[in-house]
Amino acid sequence: MSVAPPVSAADSVPAGATFLQEVMAATPGKSRLNMCIQCGTCGGSCPSGPEMEHTPRRLFAMIKEGLRDQVLRSNAPWLCVSCYFCTVRCPQQIHITDVMYTLKGMAINAKLYRDHSPPDFSKTFVDYVEHYGRSFELGLATRFNLRHHPLSLPNMAPMGLGMLKRGRMDLVPHRIDGMAQLTRILERAKALEATS
Amino acid sequence: MKMLFYPGCSMQRTARPYLDSLLAIREAIGLELEDVSDWNCCGATEYMSVHRIAAHALVGRNLALASRQAEGTDTLTAGCSACYLNLAKTDQQMREDPRLRTTVNEALAAGGLSYEPGSLKVRHLLDVVCNDVGYEAVKAQVVRPLYGLKLAPYYGCQVVRPDPDSRWDDREQPVAMDRLLRALGAEVVDYTLKTQCCGGHMTVIGPEIAYGLIRRLVHGAAAAGADAIVTLCPMCQLNLDAYQVEMNKFFKTDYAVPVLYFTQLMGLAFGRSPAELGIGKEFIAAAPALARIQDEPPPAVEAKKKRRPRAEDGLPMPRMG
Repeated sequence: MSVAPPVSAADSVPAGATFLQEVMAATPGKSRLNMCIQCGTCGGSCPSGPEMEHTPRRLFAMIKEGLRDQVLRSNAPWLCVSCYFCTVRCPQQIHITDVMYTLKGMAINAKLYRDHSPPDFSKTFVDYVEHYGRSFELGLATRFNLRHHPLSLPNMAPMGLGMLKRGRMDLVPHRIDGMAQLTRILERAKALEATS
Repeated sequence: MKMLFYPGCSMQRTARPYLDSLLAIREAIGLELEDVSDWNCCGATEYMSVHRIAAHALVGRNLALASRQAEGTDTLTAGCSACYLNLAKTDQQMREDPRLRTTVNEALAAGGLSYEPGSLKVRHLLDVVCNDVGYEAVKAQVVRPLYGLKLAPYYGCQVVRPDPDSRWDDREQPVAMDRLLRALGAEVVDYTLKTQCCGGHMTVIGPEIAYGLIRRLVHGAAAAGADAIVTLCPMCQLNLDAYQVEMNKFFKTDYAVPVLYFTQLMGLAFGRSPAELGIGKEFIAAAPALARIQDEPPPAVEAKKKRRPRAEDGLPMPRMG
């Protein structure tokens, strides 16, 4: 099983580490995830909380219990909108949004997500960045919607045309000059991510 | 005031009016902006979901290029919320986490670059305008005050939260932009939803959730009597403007609240033409709202004399003495 890399101020993951230690080690910076007191402020502050199978509070209890597969299968991290309300309200100053990013990455590595559409959106975005060094809205929207919401395309066409008409969308992507340099940096980073 | 500028992908296109209006006003407020040369995408909220560490190397290249270019300034500013936060967070987490600092620099070395965390000050454009340029200097440039225009200041999420360098007055109810808009002569409505989420990438991957959030924000502004919502982020503008149309279809509503950038309103108050500021490129036309700008300030409403609270106003409470 692929394990997300141990890069954090915390110690690297020892053999036989708990799932909690693994998640903390994979989260850059100090996540403080082990400090959760189960108060539920996070779930109550979350704009997409009602749609989540597990609120962050519940998810963190499951992490402590080592329920790895159930945690990585949860739709909760994928519904996180990165608004950081939970993070600034958490009385224990846990970097909740950052932990959600970690869980998404771990779910992708372990192929445990159930709804393919959010990870595919992220991966399509990454793909454009890794080819051009910039994002490309038209390609991203078209590729993603063709694959996941083909029936929505006729409905979305007016918006796309509206963007083009207003000069708010490019027809072709822009490639940065230092693409080779960026590729070397990202490849090195991924290699370090896999071996550390 | 010289500083390095990270435009970001959105400002190049979807938020072109934001960039155009910034370029139109920068001289008036004494901002000398130097683009970070050959910058790459910040990764938005997507890259770090797939590659947790490489995401910081992606941002690290921008920080490294900017610090190499920095001469006569150590400030790096961005107009987009996500770009600003990614730059600020990578800098802050590299400071906080020695292992991350080492890893990112090892990766950057593969491209002949390096970055010393803390060597740049990463600031959002609104922060620079409010705190470095200052309200008085902005006011001094106003030739056509926005009298009578009622505005809902919308900050969104990522500029005021998590606020890694504690730059803002409040993470949930900030007032920096409120004061800026008042300095332009506009009236600021009470908009308590000012830092609630616009839906972010949910408009694409989970539209039903996003439409609910967009409806709440648009309804809140309309109910508060706002002529327009004012934003500081390309994603917020896109979601509240272009997706307001989709949201109306979804809920069978007919909201029409235009969404403008704060730089566009500054430009108007500085006497620039709407076309020069990219006004007219929004989906919900701003022209009808802007036609409500008056030549004279609205008559001051006399503040009601405060009434001394009476005993019968509150719940029965034990009284001292």
